[in-house]
Amino acid sequence: MQIYLPIADLPVNVFLVLGMGLAVGYISGMFGIGGGFLMTPLLIFIGISPAVAVATVSSHIAASSFTGAISYWRKRALDIALAMMLLSAGIVGTATGVWLFTELRALDQLDLMIGLSYVTLLTVVGGMMIYESLRAVMRTHRGEPATLRRPGSHTWIHGLPFKLRFKRSMIYVSAIPVWVIGFVIGFVGAIMGIGGGFLLVPMLIYFLRVPTATVIGTSMVLTLVTMASATVMHAATNHLVDAVLALILMVGGVIGAQFGARTGQKMRGERLRLLLGLLVFAVGCRFAFELVVPPDDLYSLRYVTGG
Amino acid sequence: MRRLALTLPLIILACGLRSAAAERLVVSLSNHRVAVTSNFVGEELVLFGTIEPDPAASPLRPPYDLVVTVTGPRQTLRTRRKQRMLGIWVNVDSREFVRAPSYLAVLSNRPVNTIASQDTLRRLQIGLDNFLLPQRIGVDVADTVRDDPFRRAFVRLQSQQGLYRESGTAVTFLTPTVFRAAIPMPAAVPTGNYTIDVELFGGGILVARTNSALEVIKTGFEQYVADAARDYGLLYGMATALMALIIGWFASVIFARD
Repeated sequence: MQIYLPIADLPVNVFLVLGMGLAVGYISGMFGIGGGFLMTPLLIFIGISPAVAVATVSSHIAASSFTGAISYWRKRALDIALAMMLLSAGIVGTATGVWLFTELRALDQLDLMIGLSYVTLLTVVGGMMIYESLRAVMRTHRGEPATLRRPGSHTWIHGLPFKLRFKRSMIYVSAIPVWVIGFVIGFVGAIMGIGGGFLLVPMLIYFLRVPTATVIGTSMVLTLVTMASATVMHAATNHLVDAVLALILMVGGVIGAQFGARTGQKMRGERLRLLLGLLVFAVGCRFAFELVVPPDDLYSLRYVTGG
Repeated sequence: MRRLALTLPLIILACGLRSAAAERLVVSLSNHRVAVTSNFVGEELVLFGTIEPDPAASPLRPPYDLVVTVTGPRQTLRTRRKQRMLGIWVNVDSREFVRAPSYLAVLSNRPVNTIASQDTLRRLQIGLDNFLLPQRIGVDVADTVRDDPFRRAFVRLQSQQGLYRESGTAVTFLTPTVFRAAIPMPAAVPTGNYTIDVELFGGGILVARTNSALEVIKTGFEQYVADAARDYGLLYGMATALMALIIGWFASVIFARD
């Protein structure tokens, strides 16, 4: 069944888009990531212009992270205090990111910068996650405890001042790394047009030692707030949010996220991290492949002005 | 006798303007308004027409050739070219096509380059190769040679999307003087005003021309959403964000039953 999208100005198959929403929603519910780094390329692939895709995906991510956050909230797997701390720094990071975004666009090399940062971030983060979680999986095989939460495993990060206690996550850490992480996520998210969940989850796990149980719910709260405000900003400034496309994606996304969240909670932490690491790494390789392999068509078109 | 005296100067006049005004085109479009609705998947418009003698008594001289050029609303687009730099493919060069038609169809009863001489076609801008596509080069705006790689790439990319086309079979002569032209409107057709130029050739010379117009508009819900997004961006964005929250909440209520 075809439906015409009023802002994207083209017809799409409802079931195809719904299926894409379901699949990405499932992944996002399972890992607590927004899924923007998966959905945006998919939308561009079916012919939607990159600008509309980026703007619309933010509303889809807002919907699926909200439903995910609610289900984690019910299971008490969510640390509101930590999320609020991260958010306050994240807003400053986003503002800085938007400013740099504008500066880079003036230099006309934004596409390359985005491509390179995708490749670097995704392959490095994915690779690190695979390495760490494989070691954890092997430790459990040998019968040792899988987690690193031992009294003696504190790093230099835990020696920093301004310590705060986050009860739900059962951690006692300095406010400085929390602020730095929040800032970095906001900054990178604005530059790359992503929610940043796939970066936030490993950062919280490795730097702050937030247990896997609360990390996903907390990350979802952050994603929800940044993506909901991104939707409003995109709509107000560029008029590029396609509500019809967003609605189809959301319906698929929230249903997928529900099932994904259940699968995610049944799975063991290190397995989950290994899977997410593999996914992130694979997408990074896909971007690298695109940059290195000779393109099918050397030429491409970009709209400057309409009408 | 009196009648002959009246018609004689007319015939002489008609002979004098042989190539200019011996034929007249009468055309009619099946639909002047293409409405883009939620289930729009493209449409085909039909242009009917006849070749009338002008003045009425003068003889027609078939065979004729007919070219229909449909031009959509203007847009400025940038064609970019990738090149390998330090092992990765980067957009290094680009050309801006200023106010190029977003839709361009050249429809004829046989390939345009067999209808008239190259000079005539270029002068009349008939055919994708001869249509004026000005590029911005530095501060100047100029059309380039048709073998220019950026121009070729631009036309090729637009053709791949079905927005540019040249067809030597889209016009059919039902009788030597009655014709029909099929104008394809792809699903991704841009909205706006279109002009239709109809040009009649006899023996490689332009003998008559006329034009018509059509409009592609969004209607109903699509129009409403598009207007809202443009005119009330902030409200529209907040409504979309609210919709996201409601759907997210709704799903969690539905799935909370266990």
